[in-house]
Amino acid sequence: MSLITFNNFHFRYKKNKEYQLNNINLKIDVNKFILLCGETGSGKTTLIRSMNGLIPQFYPGYYKGNVIVNEKDTSETPIAELARDVGIVFQNPENQLIAMDVENEIAFGMENLGFPKEKMIEKLNNITRTMEIEHLLDKAPFELSGGEEQRVAIASILVLEPKILILDEPLSSLDPYMAEKIIFLLKKIQIETNTTIIISEHRMDLILPVVDEIILMSNGSVLEHDTKEKIINGKTFQDLNLNKQIIYSIFSQLKKENLFKEKIPASISEAIDYVQKKN
Amino acid sequence: MSHPLPQIMLNELDYSYPNGTVALRKINLNIYRGELVGIMGMNGAGKTTLIRTLNGLIRPSNGTVNIEAENIEPKSIGELSKKVGLIFQNPQHQIFSNTVAEEIEFSLKSLNLDKEKVRNKTIEVLKTFNLEKYRERSPLNLSGGESKKLAIASTICRDPEILVFDEPTLGQDAKEISFFTNLLKEERENGKTIIIVTHNIEFAMEYIPRTILMAKGKIIADGITKKVLTNQYLVKKSSLVLPQTRKFALKLKEIGIKCPDNIFSKVEMKNFLANYLKTKLTEV
Repeated sequence: MSLITFNNFHFRYKKNKEYQLNNINLKIDVNKFILLCGETGSGKTTLIRSMNGLIPQFYPGYYKGNVIVNEKDTSETPIAELARDVGIVFQNPENQLIAMDVENEIAFGMENLGFPKEKMIEKLNNITRTMEIEHLLDKAPFELSGGEEQRVAIASILVLEPKILILDEPLSSLDPYMAEKIIFLLKKIQIETNTTIIISEHRMDLILPVVDEIILMSNGSVLEHDTKEKIINGKTFQDLNLNKQIIYSIFSQLKKENLFKEKIPASISEAIDYVQKKN
Repeated sequence: MSHPLPQIMLNELDYSYPNGTVALRKINLNIYRGELVGIMGMNGAGKTTLIRTLNGLIRPSNGTVNIEAENIEPKSIGELSKKVGLIFQNPQHQIFSNTVAEEIEFSLKSLNLDKEKVRNKTIEVLKTFNLEKYRERSPLNLSGGESKKLAIASTICRDPEILVFDEPTLGQDAKEISFFTNLLKEERENGKTIIIVTHNIEFAMEYIPRTILMAKGKIIADGITKKVLTNQYLVKKSSLVLPQTRKFALKLKEIGIKCPDNIFSKVEMKNFLANYLKTKLTEV
Protein backbone atom coordinates (compact mmCIF):
# COMPACT_ATOMS: atom_id res chain seq x y z
CA MET A 1 0.00 0.00 0.00
CA SER A 2 1.47 3.37 -1.03
CA LEU A 3 1.67 6.25 1.39
CA ILE A 4 0.45 8.76 -1.21
CA THR A 5 -1.58 7.86 -4.30
CA PHE A 6 -2.77 10.25 -7.00
CA ASN A 7 -5.55 8.72 -9.14
CA ASN A 8 -6.26 10.56 -12.42
CA PHE A 9 -6.06 13.84 -10.51
CA HIS A 10 -6.71 17.15 -12.31
CA PHE A 11 -6.87 20.62 -10.83
CA ARG A 12 -7.25 24.19 -12.03
CA TYR A 13 -7.40 27.34 -9.91
CA LYS A 14 -10.71 29.19 -10.12
CA LYS A 15 -9.19 32.29 -11.77
CA ASN A 16 -7.15 30.36 -14.34
CA LYS A 17 -8.44 28.98 -17.60
CA GLU A 18 -5.91 26.18 -18.02
CA TYR A 19 -5.46 23.18 -15.71
CA GLN A 20 -2.35 23.35 -13.50
CA LEU A 21 -2.40 19.58 -12.93
CA ASN A 22 -3.37 17.20 -15.73
CA ASN A 23 -4.23 13.58 -15.06
CA ILE A 24 -1.70 12.92 -12.32
CA ASN A 25 -1.11 9.28 -11.43
CA LEU A 26 1.55 8.73 -8.79
CA LYS A 27 2.39 6.24 -6.08
CA ILE A 28 4.78 7.31 -3.34
CA ASP A 29 6.08 4.76 -0.84
CA VAL A 30 7.31 4.85 2.74
CA ASN A 31 10.93 5.81 3.48
CA LYS A 32 11.79 7.50 0.19
CA PHE A 33 13.68 10.73 -0.39
CA ILE A 34 12.13 12.17 -3.53
CA LEU A 35 13.15 15.18 -5.60
CA LEU A 36 10.25 16.92 -7.31
CA CYS A 37 11.76 18.50 -10.33
CA GLY A 38 10.53 20.61 -13.24
CA GLU A 39 10.83 23.93 -14.96
CA THR A 40 9.26 27.01 -13.34
CA GLY A 41 5.47 26.87 -13.62
CA SER A 42 5.42 23.11 -14.25
CA GLY A 43 2.98 22.53 -11.37
CA LYS A 44 5.31 21.48 -8.53
CA THR A 45 3.80 23.77 -5.88
CA THR A 46 0.25 22.88 -6.96
CA LEU A 47 1.11 19.17 -6.67
CA ILE A 48 2.49 19.79 -3.16
CA ARG A 49 -0.67 21.66 -2.13
CA SER A 50 -2.65 18.61 -3.24
CA MET A 51 -0.86 16.37 -0.75
CA ASN A 52 -2.29 17.84 2.46
CA GLY A 53 -5.78 18.83 1.33
CA LEU A 54 -5.06 22.55 0.76
CA ILE A 55 -6.11 21.60 -2.76
CA PRO A 56 -9.05 21.13 -3.19
CA GLN A 57 -10.26 22.28 0.23
CA PHE A 58 -8.60 25.69 0.68
CA TYR A 59 -7.69 26.93 -2.80
CA PRO A 60 -10.84 27.57 -4.84
CA GLY A 61 -10.83 25.67 -8.12
CA TYR A 62 -12.04 22.64 -10.01
CA TYR A 63 -10.78 19.07 -9.62
CA LYS A 64 -11.28 15.57 -10.94
CA GLY A 65 -9.89 12.29 -9.60
CA ASN A 66 -8.58 11.92 -6.07
CA VAL A 67 -5.52 11.93 -3.84
CA ILE A 68 -5.19 9.38 -1.03
CA VAL A 69 -2.69 10.12 1.75
CA ASN A 70 -2.11 7.46 4.40
CA GLU A 71 -5.46 5.87 3.41
CA LYS A 72 -7.36 9.18 3.71
CA ASP A 73 -9.04 10.97 0.81
CA THR A 74 -7.67 14.55 0.83
CA SER A 75 -10.93 16.03 -0.45
CA GLU A 76 -12.94 14.69 2.52
CA THR A 77 -10.51 14.56 5.45
CA PRO A 78 -10.14 17.78 7.48
CA ILE A 79 -6.86 19.58 6.73
CA ALA A 80 -6.02 19.57 10.46
CA GLU A 81 -6.21 15.78 10.48
CA LEU A 82 -4.10 15.46 7.32
CA ALA A 83 -1.54 17.78 8.93
CA ARG A 84 -0.79 15.02 11.47
CA ASP A 85 0.56 12.90 8.61
CA VAL A 86 1.89 15.56 6.26
CA GLY A 87 4.16 18.44 7.26
CA ILE A 88 4.80 21.06 4.61
CA VAL A 89 7.42 23.79 4.58
CA PHE A 90 6.25 26.30 2.01
CA GLN A 91 8.32 28.20 -0.51
CA ASN A 92 7.75 31.50 1.26
CA PRO A 93 8.25 30.84 4.97
CA GLU A 94 6.87 34.17 6.15
CA ASN A 95 3.41 32.97 5.07
CA GLN A 96 3.49 30.17 7.59
CA LEU A 97 4.99 31.93 10.63
CA ILE A 98 2.13 33.13 12.81
CA ALA A 99 3.19 33.17 16.48
CA MET A 100 4.41 36.16 18.49
CA ASP A 101 7.94 34.80 18.80
CA VAL A 102 10.10 31.97 17.51
CA GLU A 103 9.76 29.85 20.67
CA ASN A 104 5.96 29.90 20.43
CA GLU A 105 6.13 29.30 16.69
CA ILE A 106 8.01 26.05 17.21
CA ALA A 107 5.85 25.03 20.20
CA PHE A 108 2.52 25.86 18.47
CA GLY A 109 2.21 22.67 16.42
CA MET A 110 3.36 20.46 19.28
CA GLU A 111 0.78 22.05 21.61
CA ASN A 112 -1.98 21.41 19.10
CA LEU A 113 -0.97 17.77 18.78
CA GLY A 114 -0.96 17.39 22.60
CA PHE A 115 2.75 16.68 23.17
CA PRO A 116 3.62 16.42 26.93
CA LYS A 117 5.41 19.53 28.24
CA GLU A 118 8.73 17.77 29.02
CA LYS A 119 8.85 16.29 25.53
CA MET A 120 8.08 19.68 24.01
CA ILE A 121 10.95 21.33 25.90
CA GLU A 122 13.37 18.55 24.93
CA LYS A 123 12.40 18.69 21.26
CA LEU A 124 12.48 22.49 21.22
CA ASN A 125 15.99 22.52 22.68
CA ASN A 126 17.24 19.87 20.26
CA ILE A 127 15.85 21.42 17.11
CA THR A 128 16.92 24.97 17.95
CA ARG A 129 20.46 23.73 18.55
CA THR A 130 20.55 21.74 15.32
CA MET A 131 19.16 24.59 13.23
CA GLU A 132 21.38 27.16 15.00
CA ILE A 133 18.43 29.34 15.98
CA GLU A 134 18.78 29.33 19.81
CA HIS A 135 19.59 33.04 19.77
CA LEU A 136 16.34 33.82 17.92
CA LEU A 137 13.85 32.31 20.40
CA ASP A 138 12.60 35.67 21.73
CA LYS A 139 12.42 37.34 18.34
CA ALA A 140 9.20 38.04 16.44
CA PRO A 141 8.98 36.39 13.00
CA PHE A 142 9.00 39.81 11.27
CA GLU A 143 12.41 40.57 12.83
CA LEU A 144 14.04 37.59 11.10
CA SER A 145 16.08 37.60 7.89
CA GLY A 146 14.98 35.40 4.96
CA GLY A 147 17.41 32.63 5.91
CA GLU A 148 16.41 32.76 9.57
CA GLU A 149 12.70 32.57 8.67
CA GLN A 150 13.42 29.53 6.52
CA ARG A 151 15.26 27.77 9.35
CA VAL A 152 12.45 28.53 11.83
CA ALA A 153 9.79 27.27 9.39
CA ILE A 154 11.73 24.03 8.85
CA ALA A 155 12.26 23.60 12.62
CA SER A 156 8.57 24.13 13.40
CA ILE A 157 7.61 21.31 11.01
CA LEU A 158 10.47 18.92 11.87
CA VAL A 159 9.55 18.85 15.59
CA LEU A 160 6.14 17.40 14.68
CA GLU A 161 7.79 14.29 13.17
CA PRO A 162 5.25 13.86 10.34
CA LYS A 163 5.21 10.60 8.32
CA ILE A 164 5.53 12.66 5.18
CA LEU A 165 7.70 15.75 5.08
CA ILE A 166 7.30 18.03 2.08
CA LEU A 167 9.56 20.99 1.45
CA ASP A 168 8.95 23.49 -1.35
CA GLU A 169 12.31 25.07 -2.22
CA PRO A 170 13.38 25.06 1.42
CA LEU A 171 16.98 26.01 0.78
CA SER A 172 16.42 29.01 -1.43
CA SER A 173 17.37 31.70 1.11
CA LEU A 174 20.00 29.71 2.95
CA ASP A 175 23.72 30.14 2.63
CA PRO A 176 25.41 27.05 1.16
CA TYR A 177 26.82 25.91 4.52
CA MET A 178 23.37 25.87 6.16
CA ALA A 179 21.75 24.38 3.04
CA GLU A 180 24.21 21.43 3.10
CA LYS A 181 23.69 20.99 6.82
CA ILE A 182 19.89 20.82 6.44
CA ILE A 183 20.10 18.34 3.57
CA PHE A 184 22.22 15.98 5.65
CA LEU A 185 19.82 16.42 8.57
CA LEU A 186 16.86 15.51 6.34
CA LYS A 187 18.68 12.40 5.09
CA LYS A 188 19.40 11.40 8.70
CA ILE A 189 15.71 11.85 9.60
CA GLN A 190 14.67 9.68 6.65
CA ILE A 191 17.07 6.87 7.59
CA GLU A 192 16.33 6.93 11.31
CA THR A 193 12.53 7.34 11.20
CA ASN A 194 11.49 5.91 7.80
CA THR A 195 9.99 9.28 6.92
CA THR A 196 9.11 9.95 3.30
CA ILE A 197 10.62 13.26 2.22
CA ILE A 198 9.52 15.10 -0.89
CA ILE A 199 11.53 18.15 -1.83
CA SER A 200 11.18 20.65 -4.64
CA GLU A 201 14.55 22.30 -5.20
CA HIS A 202 16.34 23.93 -8.10
CA ARG A 203 19.83 23.59 -6.59
CA MET A 204 20.54 20.08 -7.81
CA ASP A 205 24.23 20.15 -6.89
CA LEU A 206 23.16 20.12 -3.27
CA ILE A 207 20.23 17.75 -3.33
CA LEU A 208 20.93 15.05 -5.92
CA PRO A 209 23.52 13.12 -3.87
CA VAL A 210 20.93 12.28 -1.17
CA VAL A 211 17.71 11.56 -3.09
CA ASP A 212 16.40 8.05 -3.92
CA GLU A 213 13.82 8.91 -6.57
CA ILE A 214 12.96 11.78 -8.90
CA ILE A 215 9.56 12.94 -10.14
CA LEU A 216 9.90 14.93 -13.36
CA MET A 217 7.10 17.43 -14.12
CA SER A 218 6.31 19.57 -17.13
CA ASN A 219 3.20 21.60 -18.00
CA GLY A 220 1.17 20.20 -15.13
CA SER A 221 1.92 16.55 -15.95
CA VAL A 222 4.18 13.97 -14.39
CA LEU A 223 6.54 12.92 -17.18
CA GLU A 224 8.48 10.31 -15.24
CA HIS A 225 8.82 8.95 -11.72
CA ASP A 226 11.68 6.53 -11.12
CA THR A 227 14.96 5.96 -9.32
CA LYS A 228 17.53 8.75 -9.47
CA GLU A 229 19.91 6.62 -11.58
CA LYS A 230 17.27 5.86 -14.22
CA ILE A 231 15.99 9.43 -14.41
CA ILE A 232 19.34 11.20 -14.77
CA ASN A 233 20.42 8.76 -17.46
CA GLY A 234 17.22 9.27 -19.44
CA LYS A 235 16.42 11.57 -22.35
CA THR A 236 13.54 13.40 -20.64
CA PHE A 237 15.85 14.67 -17.89
CA GLN A 238 18.44 15.64 -20.46
CA ASP A 239 15.90 17.63 -22.51
CA LEU A 240 14.31 19.62 -19.67
CA ASN A 241 15.62 23.09 -18.76
CA LEU A 242 16.75 22.18 -15.27
CA ASN A 243 19.72 23.47 -13.28
CA LYS A 244 21.60 20.25 -13.73
CA GLN A 245 24.51 19.64 -11.46
CA ILE A 246 28.01 20.42 -12.66
CA ILE A 247 29.05 16.75 -12.47
CA TYR A 248 26.10 15.85 -14.72
CA SER A 249 27.08 18.48 -17.30
CA ILE A 250 30.71 17.31 -17.34
CA PHE A 251 29.97 13.59 -17.67
CA SER A 252 27.09 13.92 -20.14
CA GLN A 253 29.44 15.92 -22.38
CA LEU A 254 32.13 13.24 -22.01
CA LYS A 255 29.47 10.72 -23.01
CA LYS A 256 28.65 12.70 -26.15
CA GLU A 257 32.36 12.64 -27.00
CA ASN A 258 32.41 8.83 -26.55
CA LEU A 259 34.94 9.10 -23.75
CA PHE A 260 32.54 7.83 -21.09
CA LYS A 261 30.12 4.95 -21.51
CA GLU A 262 28.80 4.22 -18.04
CA LYS A 263 25.91 5.62 -15.97
CA ILE A 264 26.25 9.34 -15.26
CA PRO A 265 27.38 9.86 -11.66
CA ALA A 266 24.95 11.60 -9.30
CA SER A 267 27.62 13.03 -7.01
CA ILE A 268 31.30 13.98 -6.84
CA SER A 269 32.07 10.83 -4.85
CA GLU A 270 30.47 8.62 -7.54
CA ALA A 271 32.49 10.49 -10.18
CA ILE A 272 35.68 9.95 -8.18
CA ASP A 273 34.89 6.22 -7.88
CA TYR A 274 34.66 6.04 -11.67
CA VAL A 275 37.93 7.94 -12.27
CA GLN A 276 39.68 5.80 -9.65
CA LYS A 277 38.65 2.65 -11.52
CA LYS A 278 40.31 4.04 -14.64
CA ASN A 279 43.43 5.13 -12.73
CA MET B 1 45.15 59.49 -17.56
CA SER B 2 43.27 60.16 -14.34
CA HIS B 3 41.36 57.33 -12.74
CA PRO B 4 37.59 57.76 -13.09
CA LEU B 5 35.62 58.55 -9.96
CA PRO B 6 33.65 55.60 -8.58
CA GLN B 7 29.93 55.73 -9.39
CA ILE B 8 29.11 54.37 -5.93
CA MET B 9 31.21 55.28 -2.89
CA LEU B 10 30.39 53.98 0.56
CA ASN B 11 32.43 55.61 3.31
CA GLU B 12 32.69 54.27 6.85
CA LEU B 13 29.13 52.99 6.79
CA ASP B 14 27.59 51.71 10.04
CA TYR B 15 24.05 50.57 10.59
CA SER B 16 22.21 49.07 13.56
CA TYR B 17 18.57 47.99 13.50
CA PRO B 18 16.25 49.57 16.11
CA ASN B 19 16.42 46.33 18.16
CA GLY B 20 20.18 46.84 18.54
CA THR B 21 21.35 44.26 15.95
CA VAL B 22 24.48 45.62 14.31
CA ALA B 23 24.17 44.95 10.57
CA LEU B 24 26.98 47.01 9.02
CA ARG B 25 30.36 47.90 10.51
CA LYS B 26 32.71 50.43 8.90
CA ILE B 27 31.91 49.57 5.31
CA ASN B 28 34.16 51.20 2.71
CA LEU B 29 33.44 50.27 -0.86
CA ASN B 30 33.91 51.75 -4.34
CA ILE B 31 32.05 50.50 -7.39
CA TYR B 32 32.78 51.89 -10.85
CA ARG B 33 30.34 52.55 -13.70
CA GLY B 34 29.70 49.45 -15.79
CA GLU B 35 31.00 46.97 -13.21
CA LEU B 36 29.25 43.68 -12.39
CA VAL B 37 29.82 42.97 -8.73
CA GLY B 38 28.65 40.08 -6.56
CA ILE B 39 28.03 40.29 -2.82
CA MET B 40 28.17 36.98 -0.99
CA GLY B 41 28.28 35.73 2.58
CA MET B 42 26.40 33.86 5.26
CA ASN B 43 22.79 34.54 6.29
CA GLY B 44 22.70 37.67 8.42
CA ALA B 45 26.09 38.94 7.15
CA GLY B 46 24.59 42.30 6.18
CA LYS B 47 24.29 41.83 2.41
CA THR B 48 20.66 42.88 2.07
CA THR B 49 21.11 45.76 4.54
CA LEU B 50 24.05 47.00 2.50
CA ILE B 51 22.17 47.13 -0.80
CA ARG B 52 19.19 48.82 0.84
CA THR B 53 21.41 51.78 1.74
CA LEU B 54 21.87 52.42 -2.00
CA ASN B 55 18.34 53.65 -2.66
CA GLY B 56 17.64 55.14 0.75
CA LEU B 57 15.45 52.32 2.07
CA ILE B 58 17.95 52.16 4.91
CA ARG B 59 19.70 55.31 6.08
CA PRO B 60 23.09 54.57 7.67
CA SER B 61 23.65 55.35 11.38
CA ASN B 62 27.12 56.69 10.46
CA GLY B 63 29.06 57.27 7.25
CA THR B 64 27.96 58.36 3.80
CA VAL B 65 26.61 56.87 0.59
CA ASN B 66 27.68 58.82 -2.49
CA ILE B 67 26.27 58.12 -5.92
CA GLU B 68 27.90 59.97 -8.77
CA ALA B 69 29.83 62.09 -6.27
CA GLU B 70 26.67 63.23 -4.52
CA ASN B 71 25.78 62.38 -0.95
CA ILE B 72 22.35 60.74 -1.17
CA GLU B 73 21.31 61.67 2.36
CA PRO B 74 18.96 64.52 1.39
CA LYS B 75 17.38 62.60 -1.49
CA SER B 76 14.05 60.80 -1.22
CA ILE B 77 13.56 57.08 -1.97
CA GLY B 78 11.43 58.12 -4.97
CA GLU B 79 14.25 60.23 -6.43
CA LEU B 80 16.87 57.58 -5.76
CA SER B 81 14.74 54.81 -7.27
CA LYS B 82 15.01 56.49 -10.67
CA LYS B 83 18.77 55.95 -10.52
CA VAL B 84 18.96 52.74 -8.49
CA GLY B 85 16.60 49.89 -9.37
CA LEU B 86 16.41 47.40 -6.51
CA ILE B 87 14.87 43.99 -7.13
CA PHE B 88 13.99 42.28 -3.86
CA GLN B 89 14.64 38.67 -2.92
CA ASN B 90 10.93 38.04 -2.44
CA PRO B 91 9.09 39.45 -5.48
CA GLN B 92 5.82 39.57 -3.52
CA HIS B 93 7.34 42.47 -1.55
CA GLN B 94 7.33 44.70 -4.59
CA ILE B 95 4.36 43.49 -6.64
CA PHE B 96 0.94 44.85 -5.74
CA SER B 97 -1.16 45.40 -8.89
CA ASN B 98 -4.17 43.29 -9.85
CA THR B 99 -2.71 41.98 -13.09
CA VAL B 100 0.71 41.40 -14.60
CA ALA B 101 0.15 44.11 -17.25
CA GLU B 102 -0.99 46.65 -14.64
CA GLU B 103 2.18 46.03 -12.64
CA ILE B 104 4.34 47.06 -15.62
CA GLU B 105 2.02 49.99 -16.42
CA PHE B 106 2.24 51.24 -12.87
CA SER B 107 6.02 51.18 -12.97
CA LEU B 108 6.11 53.04 -16.29
CA LYS B 109 3.71 55.74 -15.09
CA SER B 110 6.41 56.99 -12.71
CA LEU B 111 8.34 58.13 -15.81
CA ASN B 112 5.55 60.63 -16.67
CA LEU B 113 4.94 59.07 -20.09
CA ASP B 114 1.64 59.65 -21.90
CA LYS B 115 -0.99 56.89 -21.92
CA GLU B 116 -0.22 55.58 -25.38
CA LYS B 117 3.50 55.35 -24.71
CA VAL B 118 2.78 53.48 -21.47
CA ARG B 119 0.50 51.06 -23.34
CA ASN B 120 3.03 50.43 -26.13
CA LYS B 121 5.97 50.10 -23.80
CA THR B 122 3.99 47.65 -21.61
CA ILE B 123 3.37 45.42 -24.64
CA GLU B 124 7.07 45.58 -25.51
CA VAL B 125 8.21 44.74 -21.96
CA LEU B 126 5.76 41.83 -21.61
CA LYS B 127 7.07 40.47 -24.91
CA THR B 128 10.74 40.88 -23.96
CA PHE B 129 10.19 39.05 -20.69
CA ASN B 130 7.92 36.33 -22.16
CA LEU B 131 5.10 37.39 -19.88
CA GLU B 132 2.45 38.12 -22.58
CA LYS B 133 0.47 34.96 -21.84
CA TYR B 134 0.07 36.08 -18.23
CA ARG B 135 -0.88 39.70 -18.97
CA GLU B 136 -4.36 39.41 -17.41
CA ARG B 137 -3.32 37.03 -14.66
CA SER B 138 -3.13 38.09 -11.02
CA PRO B 139 0.53 38.24 -9.93
CA LEU B 140 -0.56 36.16 -6.92
CA ASN B 141 -1.27 33.28 -9.30
CA LEU B 142 2.20 33.26 -10.84
CA SER B 143 4.78 30.65 -9.90
CA GLY B 144 7.78 31.76 -7.83
CA GLY B 145 10.04 32.01 -10.88
CA GLU B 146 7.47 33.90 -12.94
CA SER B 147 6.80 36.47 -10.22
CA LYS B 148 10.55 37.00 -9.92
CA LYS B 149 10.64 37.72 -13.65
CA LEU B 150 7.77 40.21 -13.28
CA ALA B 151 9.60 42.03 -10.47
CA ILE B 152 12.71 42.28 -12.66
CA ALA B 153 10.69 43.46 -15.67
CA SER B 154 8.84 46.15 -13.70
CA THR B 155 12.14 47.58 -12.44
CA ILE B 156 14.22 47.32 -15.61
CA CYS B 157 11.51 48.95 -17.73
CA ARG B 158 12.23 52.24 -15.91
CA ASP B 159 15.82 52.03 -17.14
CA PRO B 160 17.73 52.87 -13.93
CA GLU B 161 21.50 53.34 -14.30
CA ILE B 162 22.32 51.04 -11.39
CA LEU B 163 20.63 47.66 -11.04
CA VAL B 164 20.74 45.84 -7.73
CA PHE B 165 19.45 42.26 -7.54
CA ASP B 166 18.88 40.36 -4.31
CA GLU B 167 19.12 36.62 -5.08
CA PRO B 168 17.98 36.86 -8.74
CA THR B 169 18.52 33.18 -9.56
CA LEU B 170 16.51 31.94 -6.61
CA GLY B 171 13.69 29.65 -7.74
CA GLN B 172 14.66 30.03 -11.39
CA ASP B 173 15.07 27.11 -13.78
CA ALA B 174 17.90 26.79 -16.30
CA LYS B 175 15.95 28.54 -19.07
CA GLU B 176 15.21 31.51 -16.84
CA ILE B 177 18.78 31.73 -15.58
CA SER B 178 19.93 31.75 -19.18
CA PHE B 179 17.39 34.52 -19.92
CA PHE B 180 18.71 36.43 -16.93
CA THR B 181 22.36 36.09 -17.96
CA ASN B 182 21.50 37.39 -21.44
CA LEU B 183 19.72 40.30 -19.79
CA LEU B 184 22.80 41.02 -17.68
CA LYS B 185 24.93 40.99 -20.84
CA GLU B 186 22.61 43.46 -22.58
CA GLU B 187 22.39 45.77 -19.58
CA ARG B 188 26.18 45.79 -19.24
CA GLU B 189 26.54 46.61 -22.93
CA ASN B 190 24.21 49.54 -22.23
CA GLY B 191 26.71 50.72 -19.62
CA LYS B 192 24.68 49.74 -16.55
CA THR B 193 26.32 49.06 -13.21
CA ILE B 194 25.05 45.80 -11.73
CA ILE B 195 25.25 44.53 -8.17
CA ILE B 196 24.06 41.02 -7.35
CA VAL B 197 23.56 39.51 -3.91
CA THR B 198 23.65 35.75 -4.31
CA HIS B 199 24.30 32.42 -2.60
CA ASN B 200 24.66 30.76 -5.99
CA ILE B 201 28.39 29.99 -6.13
CA GLU B 202 28.32 28.28 -9.52
CA PHE B 203 26.50 31.27 -11.03
CA ALA B 204 28.99 33.71 -9.49
CA MET B 205 31.96 31.68 -10.74
CA GLU B 206 30.63 31.74 -14.28
CA TYR B 207 29.22 35.24 -14.67
CA ILE B 208 30.44 37.64 -11.96
CA PRO B 209 33.95 39.08 -12.38
CA ARG B 210 34.30 40.74 -8.95
CA THR B 211 33.03 39.41 -5.62
CA ILE B 212 32.74 41.03 -2.22
CA LEU B 213 32.52 38.65 0.74
CA MET B 214 30.76 39.77 3.90
CA ALA B 215 30.70 38.31 7.41
CA LYS B 216 29.16 39.82 10.54
CA GLY B 217 28.52 43.19 8.93
CA LYS B 218 32.04 43.60 7.56
CA ILE B 219 33.66 43.19 4.17
CA ILE B 220 36.20 40.38 4.60
CA ALA B 221 37.32 40.10 0.98
CA ASP B 222 36.95 42.00 -2.29
CA GLY B 223 38.54 40.70 -5.47
CA ILE B 224 38.42 38.54 -8.57
CA THR B 225 35.60 36.01 -8.08
CA LYS B 226 37.61 32.96 -9.14
CA LYS B 227 40.30 33.79 -6.58
CA VAL B 228 37.93 34.75 -3.75
CA LEU B 229 35.60 31.76 -4.07
CA THR B 230 38.35 29.16 -4.31
CA ASN B 231 40.15 30.44 -1.21
CA GLN B 232 39.30 27.77 1.37
CA TYR B 233 39.88 30.06 4.36
CA LEU B 234 37.58 32.79 3.04
CA VAL B 235 34.93 30.31 1.90
CA LYS B 236 34.78 28.75 5.37
CA LYS B 237 34.75 32.10 7.14
CA SER B 238 31.75 33.27 5.11
CA SER B 239 29.73 30.01 5.39
CA LEU B 240 30.00 29.26 1.71
CA VAL B 241 31.15 26.00 0.17
CA LEU B 242 33.75 25.55 -2.55
CA PRO B 243 32.49 25.50 -6.16
CA GLN B 244 31.77 21.99 -7.49
CA THR B 245 34.68 22.04 -9.95
CA ARG B 246 37.09 23.00 -7.15
CA LYS B 247 35.73 20.27 -4.85
CA PHE B 248 36.10 17.78 -7.68
CA ALA B 249 39.66 18.95 -8.44
CA LEU B 250 40.67 18.53 -4.78
CA LYS B 251 39.17 15.01 -4.68
CA LEU B 252 41.05 14.12 -7.89
CA LYS B 253 44.28 15.27 -6.23
CA GLU B 254 43.49 13.06 -3.22
CA ILE B 255 43.49 9.99 -5.48
CA GLY B 256 46.76 11.03 -7.08
CA ILE B 257 45.54 12.75 -10.25
CA LYS B 258 47.37 16.00 -10.87
CA CYS B 259 44.53 18.41 -11.57
CA PRO B 260 45.83 21.97 -12.10
CA ASP B 261 44.69 24.76 -9.76
CA ASN B 262 43.56 26.98 -12.63
CA ILE B 263 40.54 24.84 -13.50
CA PHE B 264 37.44 26.82 -12.57
CA SER B 265 34.65 26.20 -15.09
CA LYS B 266 32.83 22.98 -16.01
CA VAL B 267 34.17 23.27 -19.57
CA GLU B 268 37.76 23.44 -18.27
CA MET B 269 37.12 20.44 -16.01
CA LYS B 270 35.48 18.51 -18.86
CA ASN B 271 38.49 19.19 -21.10
CA PHE B 272 40.92 18.10 -18.39
CA LEU B 273 38.99 14.85 -17.83
CA ALA B 274 38.66 14.26 -21.58
CA ASN B 275 42.45 14.47 -21.97
CA TYR B 276 42.98 12.27 -18.94
CA LEU B 277 40.53 9.61 -20.19
CA LYS B 278 42.09 9.72 -23.68
CA THR B 279 45.51 8.90 -22.17
CA LYS B 280 43.95 6.01 -20.26
CA LEU B 281 42.35 4.69 -23.46
CA THR B 282 45.73 4.90 -25.23
CA GLU B 283 47.43 3.05 -22.36
CA VAL B 284 44.94 0.18 -22.81
